[in-house]
Amino acid sequence: MSGLQLLWFILLAVLFIGFFFLEGFDFGVGMATRVLARDENERTQLVATIGPHWDGNEVWLITAGGAMFASYPLWYASLFSGFYILFFLVLLGLIVRGVSFEFAAHAETPRGRSIWRWALFIGSVVPPFVLGMIFTAIMQPLPIANDNGAYNVYATFGDQVNLLTVVGGVAVTLLCLMHGLNFIRLKTTGPLRDRARRLNAKLAWVLYAGEAVFAVLVFVFTDFFQKRPVSTSLIVILIVCAAVVMHVGALKNKELLSFIGSGLSLALVVGLIFNGLFPRVLIGVDPANSLLLKNASASPLTLSIMTGVTCVLLPIALAYFIWAYVVFHKRIAPLNS
Amino acid sequence: MLFAIDVLDLARFQFAMTTVFHFFFVPFSIGMALVTAIMETLFVFKKDEMYKKMAKFWGKIFLLSFAVGVVTGIIQEFQFGMNWSDYSRFMGDIFGAPLAIEALLAFFLESTFIGLWMFTWDRFKPALHAVMIWLVWLGTTLSAIWILAANAFMQHPTGFAINSETGRVKLVDFMAVITNPQLWVEFPHVIFGAFTTAGFAVAGMAAWQLWKKRDAVFYTKSLRIGLWVGLVAVVAAMGMGDLQTRFIIKDQPMKFAATEGIYKDTGDPAAWSLVELIDTEDHTTKADIEVPYLLSILSYHKLHGSVKGMDTVNKELEAKYGKDKNYYVPVKTLFWSFRVMAGGGMLLALVAVLGLFFSRAKNNSLARKRWLLVTLGLTLWLPFIINTCGWLITELGRYPWTVYGLYTIADSISPTTTAGQLWFTDITYFLIFSLLGGVMIYYCRRVLFHGPDADLDTNYGVSADPFAKEAFVK
Ligand code: HDD
Ligand code: HEM
Ligand code: HEM
Repeated sequence: MSGLQLLWFILLAVLFIGFFFLEGFDFGVGMATRVLARDENERTQLVATIGPHWDGNEVWLITAGGAMFASYPLWYASLFSGFYILFFLVLLGLIVRGVSFEFAAHAETPRGRSIWRWALFIGSVVPPFVLGMIFTAIMQPLPIANDNGAYNVYATFGDQVNLLTVVGGVAVTLLCLMHGLNFIRLKTTGPLRDRARRLNAKLAWVLYAGEAVFAVLVFVFTDFFQKRPVSTSLIVILIVCAAVVMHVGALKNKELLSFIGSGLSLALVVGLIFNGLFPRVLIGVDPANSLLLKNASASPLTLSIMTGVTCVLLPIALAYFIWAYVVFHKRIAPLNS
Repeated sequence: MLFAIDVLDLARFQFAMTTVFHFFFVPFSIGMALVTAIMETLFVFKKDEMYKKMAKFWGKIFLLSFAVGVVTGIIQEFQFGMNWSDYSRFMGDIFGAPLAIEALLAFFLESTFIGLWMFTWDRFKPALHAVMIWLVWLGTTLSAIWILAANAFMQHPTGFAINSETGRVKLVDFMAVITNPQLWVEFPHVIFGAFTTAGFAVAGMAAWQLWKKRDAVFYTKSLRIGLWVGLVAVVAAMGMGDLQTRFIIKDQPMKFAATEGIYKDTGDPAAWSLVELIDTEDHTTKADIEVPYLLSILSYHKLHGSVKGMDTVNKELEAKYGKDKNYYVPVKTLFWSFRVMAGGGMLLALVAVLGLFFSRAKNNSLARKRWLLVTLGLTLWLPFIINTCGWLITELGRYPWTVYGLYTIADSISPTTTAGQLWFTDITYFLIFSLLGGVMIYYCRRVLFHGPDADLDTNYGVSADPFAKEAFVK
């Protein structure tokens, strides 16, 4: 394995962390339109917090996907074709979600508006849940066939839907919801802000329970604790610490602290998966058929060009990306009609 | 029987359906970004509030198109892995990089600045605000360059080698990939096609409003901006199309012969057929209407020169790539698509000239020319059809290859994908697309119905609108 391959493995982790951190609260706000908001005015207030940002946040997923295609084409090909229906469900969620913002603004009747608001909600629950399933499914050994160096994944229903993936899906969804609540606490004034805090404090207990179950399942279903006992345990502990930080932030009414806590939790979950996979990218039931970093990647030339391009473009993109958040830093007040 | 349709057909159908649908919105968005940017720039320089109203009004239609363009684009990125995994493995070394660069360079730009542009009308100085929409437009155009770089490679591979161990494509010269001659005839053609689309769409929608006798000043101005953009763009698109034609004669002679419906080599000078009946079984053509010399002129810009027929090209390809493949492309589709595209382009140019002439400031009689308004209103749809025809030629004319001369469509498919999965996704996509397309057209019509003054007092009749500026005040 070369340094470039390692670098791109890490960069992919960074891009997915960026995606879950940003789109995570975006999804969470979408879920909160039903979980937290009580009427259409409150929903509108919530949507306004992410209105200018959601598409930019989603581009992190597109970039992560494109970067995976560029740096690890075999991983991209086997993963996306192997988990065909799951990715299709992610797409469906993202489609209805993506149009809901614009369409809701054009709907003229309460009913029409409500349809697109529901589309937003569904499109905010399904993708994190299914992505959670996919990411926890690839922690487990999969039926991979070499097929002349193609490493096709013939994932059965049980490989995709089992106890770990369902718990994983729920956990990611819950984390996104809580991350969204923290974002709402940062971005709104009025009753929603306080309600979000209280809900967050309550959900923290559910999260602790979920994390405990998740850790046990990872131990049972995957080889992560066996292969990398120290780092895996450390990350699991850190995940729990991040949850505590978020909880404390909710109890003490420290919004930024909570937001950092929930964001870190999501980032650490991605970290846990990438750390445990290494140096494999897809784990075979027969270890000889595991797809490894060293044989899944693009050529050194492509990797070095991509490295150069990313070093130039990502900082520029980040600069105006952050600027957009600065421009819209103001809190959004309740609408009174 | 229905279930005799195999995985390959289903996946190809899916690719065709999803890209064609994506490409209804792509050129519309690219072009609308330009038209909106022009209108807003006019506002900055002329300080006439009407141009601001114009940019806001047509901007709403732009945003609707953009939303559907975005959600259909994500499908494109995912389906290379989902349906065409062997292709992705084969092409990964070349294909992934443009896609990733497109995201980093273009998608971040357009998505961030579109958010800024939408919500900062009253926050930034007009000039600064106009810069945002220009950046959005830049993003859409950059995105076209990069994805077309990938597509151009598939039409005309450059800068690669075949990896002897894996049999897959390996990048050797990145500059050769982005200076691919195919790219630099394809990109201008596509981008001018995109400007054409939005120009005529704006003109057409404005014409319908004039037909209904609404806000004459506003819509006449809009119509003229649309037509100017459309006219310049369609002439440029045709010029670039000519370059493309001369490129593919050499590069993909089968595609060219098919667009002209030629089985046997032509004489010298070659005559051009306007219409003909093609018999794909016997390899003959009947009921030709021919124009002498024209094909030589079109192909070589000279009064002489013959063109190779498909039968000859087929022999050459069999000698080069083996006799086990069928090299004949879908002739009828290509022949007629080409006529729709080229003929349609000329028709558009004519309509634009007429519209501009009769609406000129000195002697504006457009409102009285009902036939012209109806014609303009109907040509609204033509660029969408033309664009689709163009892609059908480009992509079907590459048959049987996905990567010309290197990799076939049949080899590209995912070995793990089943017919059941594809039936399910094909049907679902079809239903979703019908819904999205319908809703999008419906809301565009509502925007037109409410007219440009609507957002000054009400927001689509709803008081609590997230797009209202109060939502952002603390
Ligand atoms: C000539 C231009 C062109 C072509 C051939 C394609 N696209 Fe596209 N695409 C665009 C031009 C564009 C655009 C103008 O940039 C869009 C359309 C509207 C929009 O929002 O951005 C877009 C959106 C868009 C998005 C969403 C971007 C976002 O969230 O902002 C993705 C992921 C893709 N496309 C991917 C693809 C792929 C994988 C294609 C290959 C089959 C493809 N597009 C063909
Ligand atoms: C957005 C504009 C585009 C349209 C409308 C379009 C349309 C089509 C159509 C109609 C086919 C034929 C399907 C068939 O053979 O039955 C096709 C095939 C294909 N196109 Fe495009 N295409 C577009 C852009 C692209 C781009 C930009 C790429 C790659 C960068 C691409 C890659 C492919 C591939 C891989 C196939 C193979 C599948 C096949 O041949 O069946 N296309 N496309
Ligand atoms: C006399 C006019 C025209 C000529 C001679 C012409 C020629 C061509 C040719 C030869 C191709 C196939 C290129 C290839 O396979 O690589 C093509 C494709 C295409 N054309 Fe045209 N064209 C004309 C007008 C137009 C107009 C007016 C539009 C749009 C409004 C348009 C849109 C397209 C598109 C979207 C494609 C597919 C992408 C590409 O390969 O460039 N064309 N055209």
